[in-house]
Formats: sequence, structure tokens, C-alpha cells
Amino acid sequence: MRCIRFPLLGSRTKAPTGIIGFDQITGGGLPRGRTTLLEGGPGSGKTIFALQFLVHGARYCKEPGIFVAFEETSNRIVANAEAFGWKLQELRRKRLFFLDAQPSPDLIQSGNFDLSGMLAALEAQIKEMGARRIVFDALDIVLALLPDPAAIRREVYRLHEWLLAGELTGLITAKAGGDEASSINQEPFGFMQFMVDCAVILNHGVVQGVSQRNLRVQKYRGSSFDEHESPFLIGKSGFEVAGARTLGHVYAAVANERVSSGVKRLDTMLGGGYYRGASVLITGFPGTAKTTLCGAFAEAACRRGERTMFVSFDSDFSEVIRNLASVGIRLDRYVKSGLLRIVSVRTITGNAETYLLRIKTYAREHRARCLVIDPVSTLSSSANDLTAHSVAERLIDWSKSDGTTLVCTSLVDEMSSRTGGVSPLQISTLADTWIHLNYLAQAGERNRGLSIIKSRGTAHSNQVRELILSDAGVTLTDTYTAGGEVLMGTLRWEKESAERGANDAAEVAGKLKRVRLDAEEAELEVRVKSLQTELVAKQVEKTLLARTTESRKRELSRGRTRIRELRGADAAMPGRK
Amino acid sequence: MTRRPRFKFRLFVAGDTQNSAQALANLTALCRAYLPNRHDIEVVDVLREPKRAIAENIFLTPTVVKLGPSPMRKIVGTLNQTQAVLQALGLGILAA
Repeated sequence: MRCIRFPLLGSRTKAPTGIIGFDQITGGGLPRGRTTLLEGGPGSGKTIFALQFLVHGARYCKEPGIFVAFEETSNRIVANAEAFGWKLQELRRKRLFFLDAQPSPDLIQSGNFDLSGMLAALEAQIKEMGARRIVFDALDIVLALLPDPAAIRREVYRLHEWLLAGELTGLITAKAGGDEASSINQEPFGFMQFMVDCAVILNHGVVQGVSQRNLRVQKYRGSSFDEHESPFLIGKSGFEVAGARTLGHVYAAVANERVSSGVKRLDTMLGGGYYRGASVLITGFPGTAKTTLCGAFAEAACRRGERTMFVSFDSDFSEVIRNLASVGIRLDRYVKSGLLRIVSVRTITGNAETYLLRIKTYAREHRARCLVIDPVSTLSSSANDLTAHSVAERLIDWSKSDGTTLVCTSLVDEMSSRTGGVSPLQISTLADTWIHLNYLAQAGERNRGLSIIKSRGTAHSNQVRELILSDAGVTLTDTYTAGGEVLMGTLRWEKESAERGANDAAEVAGKLKRVRLDAEEAELEVRVKSLQTELVAKQVEKTLLARTTESRKRELSRGRTRIRELRGADAAMPGRK
Repeated sequence: MTRRPRFKFRLFVAGDTQNSAQALANLTALCRAYLPNRHDIEVVDVLREPKRAIAENIFLTPTVVKLGPSPMRKIVGTLNQTQAVLQALGLGILAA
């Protein structure tokens, strides 16, 4: 509960209520110095609304307040309000005054009377504490004591005049039937609605078996306002209204920081991961591992030490843990350490608006930086399409304004996939990153394929990857494209292994050939060697031959000489040898 | 004749508005008629003494409080329905 400043709207004319959503609807709060009528059936939250308005003023806007309790005693109101953590005891006396004005049950009434005594008493109290806000809770109780409609009218006018004269921001609550039409005709509220400057109606009804609380600003003099019914919730810290964001709202600073998707390969495909504060949509058929991708993201966030919330619409808390543990995503330790909060919501009850409000409240309580909603398409099944769309819009709007990184899944059934894979909430147009998972049924098996349909502001891969789940986690592998066909699973494996086989064979053949060539080479070398040896032998032989020839020649000549000597030839012809 | 208790009244009024003036007149007349010489009426104007109204939890004017004899009674209004007022004050028998 902060005193929210609206830069575009002068808050001098409006008194902020601190009620999330309501100040947005009315552009700043209740009309300052004027009177507002708050109507609603029993248990519609009138007292809480009124009290929150006072508490906010007293604590954050330096506007002390007075609570005039006609119905419940102040002690009970304070005790009931303790649950919201407003610490009323701290505020009492000085900044918040409770006036117990319950008529005692044995009060005897005889003749006409008026409220001037109370107003005089209040005036003294206002002066004393400088009160700027005042609540008359359950005015109908005291009006019922008045003897006739004319007296009621007179007292309401008296009260109204008194509030205006005192320039107090007044809030009058009154019971009304749940049905709006009847409350208008009902005296005295009919003319009270005309008299006051602002009228707010709280409605608590049941639509198709689902409890739905709605708030509607019926009139607001001198101001524009959102005139439609807005769902509201009484949460842990008080009243919360699902309001449309007004123009001029500033989003959280746009970050260039990337956060991991929890799957390494996917991060690469996205050029580094999701953007911080982005809204990511994962669509796919049932069983395409949408939840697993969410789990991987949550685990990665927890590993970074970021507070994370996981909202599961179709599995129980323990189921989520168990199922994700089977693919190696262990979240239990983060739940134990308080970093991760898993919220499982039953699809059967509640409506989209309430879910959204609850998710917001939980996320705020948990101070979550990363949020997973699995699947967000549940929101559409629990409300009509019109409101569901706005819910999805507001979900993204809110997560952006908070800077929360949002990952949500959306179920796509076979039918809608044929018409172009549009997710029913049309959230796909709003999301920053859209990842689509599908099956490829081929050769008797289904394999998961992942592709990035869009990712604003990031370069991203255009390739379809095969998503493989194992007990070690999620892995993405390249698909095998052959002849314009994408192969996955066993086919991919077969193709890959066949290719591997062919490669091996070629390699072996090459090796063999090399060996053979080596052998041939060796053989040739050997032959060369033997020939060389032969050559040497021949040369030797040749030399030998030459030598023998020579020696024979010499022998021969020597022999001739000898013969000549022997024959006694004269020593003539000495030159001849 | 037994000694009858004395009645003590405190009447809260808001200035001299019509309702308040009527209540004072009615109370005085009633006391004169039924409780002669055994009644006290204290008039508190909440416009002048607002703190007393808060202290005594008086928010509707006029209101008359019967302080004694017990039980204490609070009657709101102009007190113009004499019978009802007498009943409430435990003076029903006297009126009959």
C-alpha cells in the first residue's frame, strides 16, 4: 500500500484509497472533500474497503480518519482487520478513531429523533485529531430506526450537508441487495445515489457455479472513470481490484540482460536466452514437453538465486516436483530453501479474473522475479473468451510493468493447429518470444520438435531442433534434413549411423589401399635393390672377365716369348713385347 | 404510603432543534403529571458538550437516560408517545 502518485491526474481532487486497481479505475481515488456511497450485499466487502481507505489515508497520506461503526463493534472490526496486517492498534487514537455508534438492542424509540448529536460529537473529534476522512459504516442500520421515509431523507441530507461543510472525504456504506436494479428503487438508497458525488457498487454473485466478486463505479461526478464491472478479490493484504492500466503508466526499465532458458542449446538459438522481463509463450500439443521447458527455466532461475514462482493449473505441487525430477530437473531443494514457490490451482473452481488477481498477489508476496504459468490456456477455459483475452493481456501487461520474466505455456489442440497454430488466448501476438513445440510422426514414432516462431529484439535461429528428454534433462539436437525432409528420432539416428558406417568403410578402404601401395612400393624397392646387387655382380663379373682376359693375354704373350726364347729366336724386335 | 424512589433523568439535546425542544417539553410534562416532586432533569446540550456525548455513547438526539432507579433506560426520540414512554420507564401501572 503505497501512496501512488499519478503524474497525469491532479491528486488534489482525489483521495487515494490504496486499493490496488481501484485508484486506477477512478484515476486517483475517491472524490476529495465529497461523499461517496458504497453499496453492496452482505459479505461483499464494504467494511474492508472502507477501512482500507482510512488506513491508507492515515498511514501514507497524512489524512487521519474516523470510522463510525453502526453495525459491528470497533473491537471486532480491528480484530478482523488484523489478518490483513494493517496494524490498526498502532494507528488508533492518534490517526484513526473508531466511534462505536451501534444502537443498543434495548433502545427504546419514541417519536422523532435526528443525528445532530452524533455529528456534533464527531465535529469535536475531527477538530481534535485533524481528521480528513470519515467512514459511516452500515448507515442503513441507524436509518432503519427512524420512524418514516421523510425522516430518513432528512437525516441523509443532514449528513450530506455536514460532510460537505466539513470538507471531509466521506464514505458511506450501506447494504443493498445483490441485484443492482432493486437497490436503485430501494429507499433510502435511491435518492442517496442521486445525492452523492460518487457511487460504488460491490457485487458478490455466482456465475456458472463460480463465485465472482465485482466492483463497479456507478457514478463519479467531475471525473472520468472505468465504468465497467471489475472483478475484485479480498486477498491477504486487503482489497484488490482488477483494473485496466491507465495511459501514461510507465513500464519497468527495458533490460538488455538475458536470462537462461535452462536449456543450453535453446539459449544459443535465441542468441543468449530470454530477455529479462520478457513474456515467453511456449505452445504445443499435449505431451510436447512444455512443462519440462518451464521447469528447466525455473531451475535455471533458482540456480541464479532468483525468486521464482511456478503456477501449475493441471498438476499438484508434488506431481510437478516428481515429474520434473524424472527428467533431471530437481526443484525440491529450491522449494525447501524458499526460493521457489509452487502454486497449484484447481481448474474446476474460480474464474480467470480471480486467478489473475491471485497469481499477482502470490507473486507480489513471493517477490518473484521469474514467473511460470503452466498452462495459461486454462484461463480461457474458465471464463468466456472475451474476458479471458483481457486477462491474458493484463497478465502480460502486469508482468512487464513489474519487470517479471514470464514464461507461460499454452495448449494447442489438433483442431486449432490446422487453422494456423493460433493459441486460443491470442497471447501469441502479445508475447515477446514464442516457442512452438510439435510432434513429427514418422516411421511409426513421434518425436518432439522445437522451433522459435518469433523472438522480438533478438536474432534467433530459424532451425527446427529435435527435443530429446532424458533423465539428464532436456537436450536439443540438430534434425537431419535430407532431400527436403526433416528426419528425427530413429530415422535421424539410422541416417546418421548409416552415414557413419559409410564413412568408416571409406576410411578402411583408403587405409587398405595405402597399405597395398606401401607393399608395392616396398616390393619395387626390393626389386631395385636386387637388381642393383645383380648389377654390381655383373660389373664384378665384367671386371673379372676383363682381368682374366688380360691375364690370359699376358699369359699368352708371355708364353709366346717363352716359346720364341725356347725356339731361340734372336733378340730382335725388342720393341715387341 | 411507602417511600417512593426519586427519578433521575439526563436529557441529551442538540441545541434548540425542534426535536430536542419537543423532547424537553414532553419529558417535563410527563414528570409533572406522573412523578410530581420526585424527579430531577439534567439537560446536556451536545453541541456545547460534544465530549460528553462520546463519553456516554449518545449519538441520536434527543435521548433521555433514566439514571435511577435501576434499571437504567435509554429512550430516543421526542417522547410524544406517552404510553410507550411510561411503559419503558416502568411507570406503566401509574398510567393505567
